[in-house]
Amino acid sequence: MVCKNCREKPVIKLTNSNISLCKNCYIKYFEKKVKKTISDYKLIEKNDNIAIACSGGKDSTVLLYLIKKIIKGRKDIKITALAIDEGIHNYRDKSLEFLKAFCKKHEIELKIFSYKEEFSKTLDEILKTYKGIPCSICGVLRRYLLNKKSKELEATKLATGHNLDDESQSIIMNMFKNNIKMSARLGPITGIIKDERFIPRIKPLYFLTEKEVATYAFLKGFMDKFNECPNSPYSYRGYVRDMLNSLESKYPGTKHAIITSFLEIMPLLKNHYKKDQDAIKSCSLCNEPCSQEICKTCQYIENVIKA
Amino acid sequence: MKIYIEKTDEYKEVEASTVKELLEKLKINPTTILVTKNNELVTEEEKLTNKDEIKILSVISGG
Ligand code: SF4
Ligand SMILES: [Zn+2]
Ligand SMILES: [Zn+2]
Repeated sequence: MVCKNCREKPVIKLTNSNISLCKNCYIKYFEKKVKKTISDYKLIEKNDNIAIACSGGKDSTVLLYLIKKIIKGRKDIKITALAIDEGIHNYRDKSLEFLKAFCKKHEIELKIFSYKEEFSKTLDEILKTYKGIPCSICGVLRRYLLNKKSKELEATKLATGHNLDDESQSIIMNMFKNNIKMSARLGPITGIIKDERFIPRIKPLYFLTEKEVATYAFLKGFMDKFNECPNSPYSYRGYVRDMLNSLESKYPGTKHAIITSFLEIMPLLKNHYKKDQDAIKSCSLCNEPCSQEICKTCQYIENVIKA
Repeated sequence: MKIYIEKTDEYKEVEASTVKELLEKLKINPTTILVTKNNELVTEEEKLTNKDEIKILSVISGG
């Protein structure tokens, strides 16, 4: 087996197309695919002020590096790395140290906000009394802060490191939990329906698998291990992830097929649930957008964090 | 040969002539890992010898 383009020694075989690529050709392939996603879906526009959600993990680090690289020379576009410190001992502390050094090296402005300061407790402290699934509460609090803080930064877009694996998991999870309405909020760009309470979210790594992102991060020398949050195995997402990966190894291309077929029905879904989008209320306590009287974050603050 | 498994931080003794065979013996799904041989990334077709330093890196990163 040799690289399809230059006959050098390959470093990866792409599972959905059966193509092997060497280090240099792979890096080019990866960057081209990210650029294509950005231009096909108009993820970055003139005068954008982009907040990039970063954790120090591989996906958001690759995202940060590539957005910076792609907008090089564009004086009209501003980027800020936005990190949330959930307060997960021996995991987030380490990844944020890495992120600080990375941002310093690449001259990117970094803002960090923590659960401790914003909600009075770290995730570790919250989990001492909260016996539900950690990611349920953690995900709600993080999305809330990301939206709120990007508005404070006057961002026009919030970029996240979601890759093809994350997205295919979400699609399947929503289906298995009879939550198809939630899928209307997926896709490479969300929040196109103008609502100034929501910052549009963009996902430039949408068409790249987790393994491909890790390969790029490794080859670029960003990192040589990919740490997993200690709470992540307990999530429903964890089961779906393992299921999709075992399907993928038996039937290569499965995850791509989920994404491709989803993108075909996505416009219909978005249109079908447009009315629900229009009916979004504002939380009576914090004013952030929500579907009930009081948003989930405020409910968690009252019932879990303060309790 | 001795294989380093990063996820669990342990070494395992396995005899295998290719990466593919190695992963099959360890029952590790190739979509969830990267394999390095002497610190270079390699594909499943890669041939292995006893002198090689092999690492298996899990690519799963929640959070
Ligand atoms: S894996 Fe779950 S608990 Fe860990 S950071 Fe992500 S959402 Fe929070
Ligand atoms: Zn090549
Ligand atoms: Zn609220």
